[in-house]
Amino acid sequence: MTSNEKNYVDMQGLQRNFGDVAALDGFNLQIQKGELVALLGPSGCGKTTALRLLAGLDMPDGGKISVDGKDITNIPANKREMGMVFQAYSLFPNLTAIENVAFGLKVRGQDTNSRLKKAGELLELVGLSTQANRFSHQMSGGQQQRVALARALAIEPKVLLLDEPLSALDAKVRTQLRDEIRRIQIEVGTTTLFVTHDQEEAMAMADRVGVMSNGKLEQIDRPNIVYSSPTSAFVASFVGAMNRLPAKLDASKVHTLGQSVAHGGGASGSDLVALIRPESIEVSVGKTSGSKTGSVLARSFLGPQTRLTIVTSETKTNIHVDLPSSEAGPFAPGTLVELKISAPTLLTDYRVKN
Amino acid sequence: MAQKMKIKTSTVAPRLGFGLNAWLIAGFLFFVVPMFSAFLFSIQLGDGTYTLGAYQRMLSDPGFGEAIWISARLAIFTVLVSIGLMLPTVTWLHIRAQRLKRVVEFITLLPLIIPPVVIALGFLGSMPLWLKDSVYMLVFAYTVLTLPYVFRSLDNGLNAIDVKTLVDAARGLGASWRQVLVSIIGPNVKSSIYGAIFLAVALVLGEFVISNLLLWSTLPVWMALVGMSDPEGAVALSVMSLVFVWLLLMLLSSFDRKRKVRIDIGGVS
Amino acid sequence: MTEINQSLNDVAITQSGGDNRYRDKSNKLRQLFFEFSGLIPFFVFAALFIGAPTLIVILNAFKTNEGAFTLSNVLLAFTDVYYLSLISSLKLGLTSALTGVFFGLMVSYAVFVSGMKKLQKVVSTASGVFANTGGVPLAFFFIAAIGNYGLVTLALQKIGIDIYSGSFTLFGFSGLVLVYLYFQIPLMIIVIYPALEGIKNEWREAAANLGASKFSYWRYVGIPILIPPVLGSFFLLFASAFAAYATANVLTQGTIPLLPLQVGTLVSGDVVADQSNVGYAMGFEMIVIVAIAMTIYTYLDRRATKWRKK
Repeated sequence: MTSNEKNYVDMQGLQRNFGDVAALDGFNLQIQKGELVALLGPSGCGKTTALRLLAGLDMPDGGKISVDGKDITNIPANKREMGMVFQAYSLFPNLTAIENVAFGLKVRGQDTNSRLKKAGELLELVGLSTQANRFSHQMSGGQQQRVALARALAIEPKVLLLDEPLSALDAKVRTQLRDEIRRIQIEVGTTTLFVTHDQEEAMAMADRVGVMSNGKLEQIDRPNIVYSSPTSAFVASFVGAMNRLPAKLDASKVHTLGQSVAHGGGASGSDLVALIRPESIEVSVGKTSGSKTGSVLARSFLGPQTRLTIVTSETKTNIHVDLPSSEAGPFAPGTLVELKISAPTLLTDYRVKN
Repeated sequence: MAQKMKIKTSTVAPRLGFGLNAWLIAGFLFFVVPMFSAFLFSIQLGDGTYTLGAYQRMLSDPGFGEAIWISARLAIFTVLVSIGLMLPTVTWLHIRAQRLKRVVEFITLLPLIIPPVVIALGFLGSMPLWLKDSVYMLVFAYTVLTLPYVFRSLDNGLNAIDVKTLVDAARGLGASWRQVLVSIIGPNVKSSIYGAIFLAVALVLGEFVISNLLLWSTLPVWMALVGMSDPEGAVALSVMSLVFVWLLLMLLSSFDRKRKVRIDIGGVS
Repeated sequence: MTEINQSLNDVAITQSGGDNRYRDKSNKLRQLFFEFSGLIPFFVFAALFIGAPTLIVILNAFKTNEGAFTLSNVLLAFTDVYYLSLISSLKLGLTSALTGVFFGLMVSYAVFVSGMKKLQKVVSTASGVFANTGGVPLAFFFIAAIGNYGLVTLALQKIGIDIYSGSFTLFGFSGLVLVYLYFQIPLMIIVIYPALEGIKNEWREAAANLGASKFSYWRYVGIPILIPPVLGSFFLLFASAFAAYATANVLTQGTIPLLPLQVGTLVSGDVVADQSNVGYAMGFEMIVIVAIAMTIYTYLDRRATKWRKK
């Protein structure tokens, strides 16, 4: 993806202030046609603001938005040809499912027969043809969101916008529905922006994941790269599980857990925290004590993986270590273990002072 | 990293324009002007001077004392009877007889369906003479009128906490019924009781039709009588009754600091 | 309180009043009786002071002076001055409800859109107080304001406007409609405000997102959603105005025929000898009309809250 390629969605330098708080601070995002980009971040990071600016439900204080080559920054929401799925409550309660789906077509002047036919096709796409004549209060949360998706797709939008559509649903429904949404998005081929605070969701669904913090995009890349090569301590901690161990930095090496590893980026100084993934630590049963050792506090069977909670001997920090369950046998609680860091580089962060 | 507030503005949300502002102002005027006029009316003489004469006249009128005495007694007894009847009833409904709630609720709504004038008519036709001779019969009539509001107030209060679960939990931990009522149900129901008291007292002090038709000289009845010969006096009385109602509301609200006293739908008899 | 103590002390914790599936039918009956027993004081009270009076009114409506069954009272209620009072009460109820719904809706909407929390709280409390403001003081407020020597009347006269020059009079039909607004508008606010709050922002935004203009949104979504609660509140306000007594009594002093006042005069004995039970017939009439209105209101209100819950 070179910068010469025409970006389908181009958000440049977006600024949105609320009082003296900058919800978006010089935000840039480009989305390619047909891509699903997920915006991931904690509450208040600006991801929803960015989505709403793209939808036209909010106006930026500065910056520019273009879609398919056209500048839409000043175009009102109802003229932007975008479909949006909200977190909850977005179905019109006085219309049936099929009427909801047909709504966008109705306001565009399509006649009853053709729009109900199209609506029916979309309901079938999301697997809800049987619910066509039901009202929203008669449907489950998952069903409502499917209808909402069908409704958004009915108008053949240029961009599909999803504002935490799964956050209000039960865990099981959430995983089912996220696969459905991804399948449908690929089938229909709509360019999609997906906002969520659930990193598992973002990583599972997206072509690219953008991690946001304080109104800025910290890193945007394919999920596996964001996971394995985070460019900042924030991204590293936010995506996936992360251990935080007291560490020192000198020259280009990080010293922690009695070992030295190359520095991968982040803070420098002597009073730091090293960020290590649970799967990047190897455990073996040990008999001695020292800076490389610890003892098992708890062992949690998670299916294919087992997570050990270990307290380090020297610094008395709790860390998590993941290993295949088939190898977890010897590590009963109380066992003395030796720890070896297997990651080639470590990111560092500032130690939070009490 | 400070926790940021989720602020949401919307380009499509309705906004307070000129038209809507006008409605707010009009509404404000409509409600304030009569009260303000009443106040001014009651304190002025024709020649532009101000006096509290009307108030003095009313307060010194023997009829005033009698009317207040009757209305006050009726108010107190009505509060006692209606809350004494409904609090155990609603509590029982919540903890042991949920199925019958619909039935009881329906009955409490009957006073809204049967116009008070008809209730007065019914009382006249059905009550024994010895009861009709006593002013305290009004207590029962008034209690009937307060039923919808008192029930709703107490019901809402008990709904807000899952009484049944709390009671079962407390009993399971070994609490006696007295302890349950005092420590668990009581505090939660307190603000509902204040609300119910307010509604009952306001209703009694404003009730006209039944008292009038049954020929008792309560405050509103006396006020109407006075109005026929002394409009300034009647207006002064109206101002006093309004002030009293607001004071009562503030008093009860101050007792209840946790939740604002909830006042529900009312009709005018 | 003691009766609860006694009867409940005899019951074990396990016999909770909620989910009971007894195979033994007599046990089920016993359970129902038990639940019922705690409510006996209430039912006795209701029977004595709601049931008996209402029953008397209904029975007497169909009785002659001697006690025989007759429809003459009811028929009489549809003649002469009795019929006039029915019609004018219906007109008053209708007019008051229409004005109350309209103005109440506008004020509610304005308050809601303003988004000012403080204003909303003040309006909420004030509505509760005004909706319950007794009829007699209310009449005198307006007499003080726009009566013949009312302050507003005089002030307007000074600038050349005479509000009594047209057909308006505080002491007649038009005056009542105006004065009734004082409790109808708050009543409307209390009833319709939750409906306004129940309109989710998401609907507006989703509609815009799908391409709807402001007009389309209101036409296909906004107004259809508001119709049940607004219509329901119309019936509530109708019932409220129809049955109102005190204010009308003070202001009109019987100069215009109104059903509640008519019933009142018959109660106090202003009656032609063999028409004494007409009052009961008219009372029965009132019950029927108000019951119909309140039933429609309850039905529509239930419909509206069903949509609001989701």
